[in-house]
Amino acid sequence: MNTTFQKSSALPASEWIITRLIQISGYLSIVFVGLISIFLISEGSPALVEVPFSSLFGERWYPIEGYYSIWPLLSGSLLITVSAILLALPLGIGTAVYISEIAPQWIKEILKPLVELLAGLPSVVLGFIGILVLVPFLRRALDLPTGLSGFTGALLLGWIAIPTIVSIAEDALNNVPASYRQAALALGATRWQTIWGVTVPAARSGILTALMLGIGRTLGETMAVMMVTGNAPVLPSGLNALFQPLRTMTATIASEMGEVAKGSTHYHVLFLIGMALFIFSLTVNAIAFTLSNRRKKRAERLLS
Amino acid sequence: MEIKLRKYFTPARKEKIGESTLILFGLITVLPIIALIVFIIIKGLPAISWTFLTEMPKNGMREGGILPAIIGTFYLTLGTALFAVPPGIAAAIFLAEYAPDNRATRLIRIAIVNLAGIPSVVYGLFGLGLFVIFLKFGISILAASLTLSIMTLPVIISTAEEALRAVPSSFRVVSISLGATRWQTIRRIVLPQALPGILTGVILGLERAAGETAPILFTGAAFFLPRLPQSPMDATMALPYHLFVISTQVPGMPVDIQYGTVLVLLAFVLGMNILASVIRSRARARRQW
Amino acid sequence: MEKILIRDFSLTYSDGQESLKQVNLAVPENAITVLFGPAGGGKSSLLRSINRLNELADVAEQKGQILLNGQDIYAPGVNPIDIRRKVGMVFSRPVVLPLSIYDNVIYGNSVAGQKNRKLLDQQVETALRQAVLWEEVHDRLNDPAAMLSGGQQQRLCLARVLALEPEVIMLDEPTSALDPVSTSKIESLLQELKRTYTIILAPHNTQQAARMADFAAFFLQGELIEYGTGDIMFTRPKDQRTQDYISGRFG
Repeated sequence: MNTTFQKSSALPASEWIITRLIQISGYLSIVFVGLISIFLISEGSPALVEVPFSSLFGERWYPIEGYYSIWPLLSGSLLITVSAILLALPLGIGTAVYISEIAPQWIKEILKPLVELLAGLPSVVLGFIGILVLVPFLRRALDLPTGLSGFTGALLLGWIAIPTIVSIAEDALNNVPASYRQAALALGATRWQTIWGVTVPAARSGILTALMLGIGRTLGETMAVMMVTGNAPVLPSGLNALFQPLRTMTATIASEMGEVAKGSTHYHVLFLIGMALFIFSLTVNAIAFTLSNRRKKRAERLLS
Repeated sequence: MEIKLRKYFTPARKEKIGESTLILFGLITVLPIIALIVFIIIKGLPAISWTFLTEMPKNGMREGGILPAIIGTFYLTLGTALFAVPPGIAAAIFLAEYAPDNRATRLIRIAIVNLAGIPSVVYGLFGLGLFVIFLKFGISILAASLTLSIMTLPVIISTAEEALRAVPSSFRVVSISLGATRWQTIRRIVLPQALPGILTGVILGLERAAGETAPILFTGAAFFLPRLPQSPMDATMALPYHLFVISTQVPGMPVDIQYGTVLVLLAFVLGMNILASVIRSRARARRQW
Repeated sequence: MEKILIRDFSLTYSDGQESLKQVNLAVPENAITVLFGPAGGGKSSLLRSINRLNELADVAEQKGQILLNGQDIYAPGVNPIDIRRKVGMVFSRPVVLPLSIYDNVIYGNSVAGQKNRKLLDQQVETALRQAVLWEEVHDRLNDPAAMLSGGQQQRLCLARVLALEPEVIMLDEPTSALDPVSTSKIESLLQELKRTYTIILAPHNTQQAARMADFAAFFLQGELIEYGTGDIMFTRPKDQRTQDYISGRFG
């Protein structure tokens, strides 16, 4: 229903107040995004003055001695995110395709709540299980000096990102009109050919949205990744670095913010890292939003 | 060789192999979830006792119970509900019932999507900057609840909006045609019908807030407190942070206390999850449209 | 005596749906005026304009006047709620509100602030009797209205409008979702009600239009093509298009 405001002149005072309150609440989200940006910028930007540019992009993160390079943290985050997504994307899309296109109703009704449940599990619980189960297992299986590594974090994060990918990709697949599938099947395609030749391509912008939000989820994950990656802020050198301890941007903020003095350089740099994370998530979400909007617009065109 | 392979991979065979692979993917996703829950229940149950749930921690948290963490998580969840639910539902009403289709509304939607995507630790930073330092609430239940409630807002808004939109628009037209104002229509017809859906969303949002650690790290969580929090201005222990502490920060921690804590946290979260799905399915069965 | 006077009324929606072009029409008091014509001709738009329900839709442009008892209903300062209470509306599908039978009937009065239980009870009984539903539901007024049959639901919708004690009742294809028995019940009810009310009916077929019309107006693509008394309109209309439509050449 496309509605506009009723002329408020005829409304009783109480209704006028309620309507105003509702309207104000509507705009709250914008206010909060604004406030968050202001605080991150005002607390983070001093770091750009206090820390010389060469140091900010140097090689070491060692705040006690004044080394504030965000390189190791940035590359740690990226390395783990990329590996986690490489793992989560096929699993997530595969599961979504299975749920939406193949699984019989009763299996759907078991799978979907379970995936939702995974989405709702606190990341600290997953980190805990990571420490107790995954870390010792990987140390033995891969013969590593320590199981606390970027790889462990990537495995765990990949798994954590799956529900995000599944639910959005499944939505996108469900929105593909049934007539597409029927047309393909009527032309003699097998169900398998229909899925990959018709349904999945038709849902591609939704799947891209799923990918974007999956990346956002992975990049922003904090507790689980902090608990299992060993927290060593070293600049990764080569792919081998994935099997050594690493440190992400989120984990750095979480583990160091509690101990810094307000207004110190260290404090400002941590806010700067938060600012970077904020900008990442804005970008990722803006892309996802545009993609899903475009999808909606195309659907409207097709249906009108 | 090429031809032989093609002969072997007939469309029917391909379909069979492909679909089996997908089933395998589904299993890889789902089986660990079941395994994890069963594992935690089996390992955690022996640690659960009346004293574990109702006593203060002793001996550097290596003995005794986890009462302050349970109470703390309860307070934080309650505070989050208090601050997030009213504006969240109001915002959803605005979007579903009032908002014109214009640029400002689109901006609100972008803001909501972005709020939902901000990493939880960044919320922690923001809460520290705004509530703890700028507004001088200090490290407190109040500051942590406010931080968590901003994080929960987008979840509540989007699920509540969906629930409101699911109410048939013919009800609104009929109500207005009988001389009701827009707000009367919302309060008497739309809200009661959307209530189960809204409630489900609220519970799912609070479930997330209850399990979060990063946003409360520097806004309200305490490593250890010898007594329960006395006011909203006190810091508090909380289940997720406590679990983090005893699994990474305290050497020589007995494993059964860890498993017991994780089970209590899981029960908290699962309980809310189940409550939400019960409300949802009962409402669906009773719905008249 | 005309109850409603429509003067040069034009309307377009922003999404380009059916619109109205320069409609001029007088609706006489205590009679059934039938609006008929093919779907999309503007009947519903006109009905929704007469009780200002169109304000819920995206109206791009609106010109002209609609006078109720000689007063412009779109004049500044006129409260749309007063108009809607005077001009009640029944829709094509019976839409009972998700409330009890009782609460459905008194909905209009209750949102208007009426709290006196005795008076409400009385209004419920009167309205349900007028709509010939009282005998069927008087012992289960607190049951959900959704439990009634389709025909009963539509009579409940009528009772709900009657409880407003309106001056005009508009019905937009009120029997399109009903069986023949329920349809004839509603039709004879309308013949009864026209003694006290002004009725505007958009029937869902030509037969019903012919049966019910004291006066009739033929709408085609947003234009009022022809207007006259029922017996003339359905036996010897002047306009070729009206004739074609009545004889079933299109529609």
